[in-house]
Amino acid sequence: MMPPIGELLLMLGMATAAGLVGCFAVMRRMTLASDAISHVALPGIGLALLLGVRPLLGAVVMLLVGTLLIWFIEARTRMATETVIGVVFSAALAVGALFTPGESLIEALLGRPGMLTGWELGFGIAASIAVAGFVLGQRDRLVISLVSPDMARTSGIEVSRLSLLYLVTFAITVALGLRYLGVLLMGSLIIIPAATAKYLATSLSSMLAIAVAVAVTSTLAGTVVARINDCDTGPVIITITAAVFFVAVLGRRRAGESRSRGG
Amino acid sequence: MAPRPDGRTASLTPLRSAPALAVRGLSVSFGASSVLEDLSFEVATGETLAIIGPTGSGKTVLFRALIGALEHTGEICWAPGTTVGYVPQKLDIERDLPITGLDLLRAKARVARATGKDVGDVLELVNLAPDIAGQPLGTLSGGQFQRLLLAFAFLGRPNLLLLDEATAGVDEPGEERLYERIDRLKQDRQLTLLLISHELSLVYRYATRVLCLGHGQRYLGTPVEVLTPARLEAIYGSPMKYHVHP
Repeated sequence: MMPPIGELLLMLGMATAAGLVGCFAVMRRMTLASDAISHVALPGIGLALLLGVRPLLGAVVMLLVGTLLIWFIEARTRMATETVIGVVFSAALAVGALFTPGESLIEALLGRPGMLTGWELGFGIAASIAVAGFVLGQRDRLVISLVSPDMARTSGIEVSRLSLLYLVTFAITVALGLRYLGVLLMGSLIIIPAATAKYLATSLSSMLAIAVAVAVTSTLAGTVVARINDCDTGPVIITITAAVFFVAVLGRRRAGESRSRGG
Repeated sequence: MAPRPDGRTASLTPLRSAPALAVRGLSVSFGASSVLEDLSFEVATGETLAIIGPTGSGKTVLFRALIGALEHTGEICWAPGTTVGYVPQKLDIERDLPITGLDLLRAKARVARATGKDVGDVLELVNLAPDIAGQPLGTLSGGQFQRLLLAFAFLGRPNLLLLDEATAGVDEPGEERLYERIDRLKQDRQLTLLLISHELSLVYRYATRVLCLGHGQRYLGTPVEVLTPARLEAIYGSPMKYHVHP
């Protein structure tokens, strides 16, 4: 019931990247925006289908264009990132739905694993490694910037450049999961494991580790369950991820209540 | 040189040594609202310049313009080799953020190529216990958090410090001790210090010069010249009391 080794590696890489990138998205208060950012892939997929090119290529191009647009608007205006992304990317979902042919729309929205070309597998695995490398390599700069951009500036960090690189990394992570989770659900694999980790962790290292563990476990378990039941992977993976989140919240609350009764 | 209550441009007081910072014709505005207009001053290496003034007079805006966080017109020239340590006025930290004080200090240490020993040294300097620094940022008290920010600013051996109400939330004896330590470090390392404070007693004690902003007026001079009851009343709009240390 396990997928072939190449596909398995890509899923592990995609889930690891989603867990790591999600931690900083949640701490940067981009929770809603993160969900919306994946929507911009939809018009890309629709346009690619109309032009007869690979849908993933259209999605990647649109995600990168969208990312540059957010960064530009964020740098040039005083609007909060949430507002900018919420408006731009919700509009993208509406426009994308108009472009994308009916039978491809559900697949694009919810994900459906198909045969991946060797090129897609190789590119995906390399991109996963690059995303994980960026987040782990830049975690010090990312932490200082999210605590205080001004303290980051005086520590010699180029805040605007780092923010752009982070957004590009986020867009690449979304593209990595489009095949499995679709544009509606990929944002959830980035956010929910990180939100679970934020709730449970007491330090940055533990947050990163918990987020990766939740994302990887949910992705593998969801893929196996979806294969056994012959259904789409995206909804199953996210249902499991959300279940882990609720168990963590309830478990910790109960633990807290027991401690307060005991103490 | 006596301070000039000229209402617009503070005078450029002649300095004995090369300036660590020279500001010329600095203006900052938000839309149609001008916060700083044509401000000029210099800060000598090793000097302590206190910036005082009522709320909304542009003190924090001045610091943020100096570090390049705000668009501005005019010139800001730092001496070659200047490294800045900055303590912001207040930070809006989520209470459930799983980042500990030590996470933040170690991140700065790696970025600034400081060592683990340096982290221990700055914690000792600001009198913050390592087990307190090891707690998540959102659980620290106001005073503990300010000490952590000071420790962050000291990491990497900066030669110029920008302290914006750096000891807000620290109890009074603790505040006195912190300023004493900062002052000692300043002497040892030839640090240049720019500080914003509402504590006029501390300003009087530690500042070599005072830049007073507010109500369309500016004064620049020594504490004795600037911190006079008449000038303070003109700037703040009401009489100000402070204790002069013997």
